[in-house]
Amino acid sequence: MLLEISQLTVYGIVLGSIIALGAIGLSLLYGILRFAHFAHGDVMTVGAYLALAGVAGLGLPMWAAFGLALAGGIALAVLIDQALYRRLRRTAPVILLIASVGVALILRSLVQLVWGPDTQVYTQELQMPMRVLDIRLKPSQLQILIGTGVLVVLLHLFLTRTRTGKAMRAMADNPDLARVVGIDTEQVVIWTWVIGAGLAVAAGIFLGMDTRLQPTMGWHILLPVFAATILGGIGKPYGAIIGGMVVGVASELSTMIFPPVYKPAVAFALMVAMLLVRPTGLFGTPR
Amino acid sequence: MDLFELFTFAVFFLTLVGIYGILALGLNVQWGMTGLFNIGIAGFFAIGAYTSAILTTPGSGVHVGGFGLPMAAGLAAGVILSGVIALLIGLITLKLREDYLAIATIGIAEIIRLVLKNEEWLTNGVRGIAGIPRPFAGWFDDPTGVTNLLVVALAIVLVYAALERGRQSPWGRVMRAIREREVAVMAAGKDIVRFRLESFVLGSAIMGLGGGLYAHFFGFVSPEAFDPMYTTFLIWVMLIAGGSGNNRGALLGALAIWTIWAGTEYLTNRFAPPEFLTRAATVRMLLVGLLLEVILLIRPQGLLPESHFVARADGRRRNGTGGSSKAPPEDA
Amino acid sequence: MSLLALTGIRGGYGGADILNGVDLHVESGEIVVIVGPNGAGKSTAMKAVFGLVDVREGSLVFDGVDITRYRSDRLARLGISYVPQEKNVFASMTVHENLEMGAFIRRDDFTAQLERVYDLFPPLKEKRNTRTGALSGGQRQMVAMGRALMLEPKLLLLDEPTAGLSPAFTDLIFEKIVEINAAGVSILMVEQNAKQALGFAHRGYVLVLGANRFGDTGANLLANREVAEMFLGG
Repeated sequence: MLLEISQLTVYGIVLGSIIALGAIGLSLLYGILRFAHFAHGDVMTVGAYLALAGVAGLGLPMWAAFGLALAGGIALAVLIDQALYRRLRRTAPVILLIASVGVALILRSLVQLVWGPDTQVYTQELQMPMRVLDIRLKPSQLQILIGTGVLVVLLHLFLTRTRTGKAMRAMADNPDLARVVGIDTEQVVIWTWVIGAGLAVAAGIFLGMDTRLQPTMGWHILLPVFAATILGGIGKPYGAIIGGMVVGVASELSTMIFPPVYKPAVAFALMVAMLLVRPTGLFGTPR
Repeated sequence: MDLFELFTFAVFFLTLVGIYGILALGLNVQWGMTGLFNIGIAGFFAIGAYTSAILTTPGSGVHVGGFGLPMAAGLAAGVILSGVIALLIGLITLKLREDYLAIATIGIAEIIRLVLKNEEWLTNGVRGIAGIPRPFAGWFDDPTGVTNLLVVALAIVLVYAALERGRQSPWGRVMRAIREREVAVMAAGKDIVRFRLESFVLGSAIMGLGGGLYAHFFGFVSPEAFDPMYTTFLIWVMLIAGGSGNNRGALLGALAIWTIWAGTEYLTNRFAPPEFLTRAATVRMLLVGLLLEVILLIRPQGLLPESHFVARADGRRRNGTGGSSKAPPEDA
Repeated sequence: MSLLALTGIRGGYGGADILNGVDLHVESGEIVVIVGPNGAGKSTAMKAVFGLVDVREGSLVFDGVDITRYRSDRLARLGISYVPQEKNVFASMTVHENLEMGAFIRRDDFTAQLERVYDLFPPLKEKRNTRTGALSGGQRQMVAMGRALMLEPKLLLLDEPTAGLSPAFTDLIFEKIVEINAAGVSILMVEQNAKQALGFAHRGYVLVLGANRFGDTGANLLANREVAEMFLGG
């Protein structure tokens, strides 16, 4: 029993890492641009497939494909922002929401057109799980954990040591004061997309590594990612990490009681509970 | 195509327009009149359809059934169940910001989808439920399916009339005031949450009706038919294209978008080489998505704007000092 | 030439006008106070200076430059610093980071100014790595003002700097304001503690319903019986 819980917890941390990477980006976008980016899941999908193009199409090693996907995904996200979202920034926030739902569908359709609707994988090789203290862990899962750790550390350094990172935190904290202080909001917005989309691409690739690739992969994980964002508090990237872990571990542990297909429902239940009890999230400041 | 075929095709087409029109009307109550952002349309659509299907078909060895109820009862049950579920969701989420409601509705639609696919004892899983009786089945022959059209048309007339009455009533005026966030509404002591709840439940119930009609029209339901990504999204595009806040706009949007959707389907079936057909649906969805973005950029108020909505589309920022209404600033 | 001159300002937040023809000026080296009843438009007048309000009519001139349509970040570059009444710190960031944010648009080395601000507000030096949201109201106000000073501004705009503070902190803040002014920073401030503020200000304006009612030296306003009755209370 204890072993099962430990095993599921480890799986939960892997899943939680993926969710957390998505949630950090979503949280920053939500906190700085003030809108719920419903296309975030599909940015993850695009990232995963761009990496697939690198690996399967160009024969690149995984790390190079990762870089390619990052560059492509970030460029795409910034382009969409400048072409579409930027023009809608002055309208009601819900219009942006609707627009992002449209973008989600467009991205998903493009992926399906280019790569087809069937599931794909990065590599056909079977992975032998390692055994660490009786707990099974696939090498790819270990890579995900390490990769997430590295990205989080890099993010932390960016947010605390660089001028732009601090400006982002300032804008997420208090956008009016940020403007008063002279921060160039449009520049910060672009950087937010770079970070947010970059982390989403990584999350998508990790998701593809851990499971499989199919065009709806990002959309189906969007709900847990939103749940993690809300759990952690909007605009709180570190909260998003915690939120991601909670959602991930809870989802995996729930399979001891519920069928695995209902994992998203667990995330949903957590989110609703948080919205009822403390809508600003674990780390949000109650307004 | 001879006259009979043409007529049958037109009936089929218009019936579907009608069903989607009803869904759009339901969404209009929630979004157009009250500003609630429901992305879970497919969920309520599915509840209405499946409830009626389960109640009017014999069960199989796998799933429940055999209640043998007439269509009217099935429809009514679908409407009521949709409304009840909307009530539960609304009680939990309507006190929150509108974007939280949006996320919550996605969650609900997702859970409903999972239940439909996996709870075979109830829904027969991915195999779906077949043999759903047409309206007045067995009473007389109906090769063109025109009874369906008439039933749907009747439903539209009733719903539209009721909604128009509601819109012009004091209830409707309060709804509009809430949508425009007039502080006076709150000052007058109206319980905003209650009104939003009523709107949400009513809209969802109407969507449930659409679902039930759909089930009896097609005679078959399966989880795929209620794919949230297509159904929900199409209805949203319909409402935005037609003009939110506006019941006529909802119906017009349903007609316009469905024409584009079905028209492009016909064109691709006719002219595209067979290997492209599976991709064609995806291309069409992509185009609808692009269409939505174009509409949002160029004419967010839709074909038939309601004057209030224009004000909202280029509305002021909600927070922050001195938002968009300032004189154009000099750029540094 | 005045450092700052507002002439015939009319405007608001896009709806009805809140300011109905405000004239005021600040000379270099002065402390000027704006007082008046609630809703008089005092904060709005200040926000108008900092580009946060729709100015429909009238002109704003700072140091010879017409700043009527300028955006906030440009004003910061010209040497005006603004401390809003509420939400005037980055609560999730440390004291030190808040001060760094104050110097955001500076490309030069600002360590000297940082030290000066810490000298001015010793408690901040102690708490430089504390999250600002965890500080007391008075300490937060110090952070807010310190942040504004990081720009080494010519003009400091303070919106109700002592709102919600204890009498002890109020006295302290007023002391600091005088100190800052003595170091060469001109100050325009809105104050609810009118009596105390007019005591050390060079000049003051009384605004009522978005327009000038009185304008005179601090001492004269204090001595003015009408002003005393209407606004200074006890």
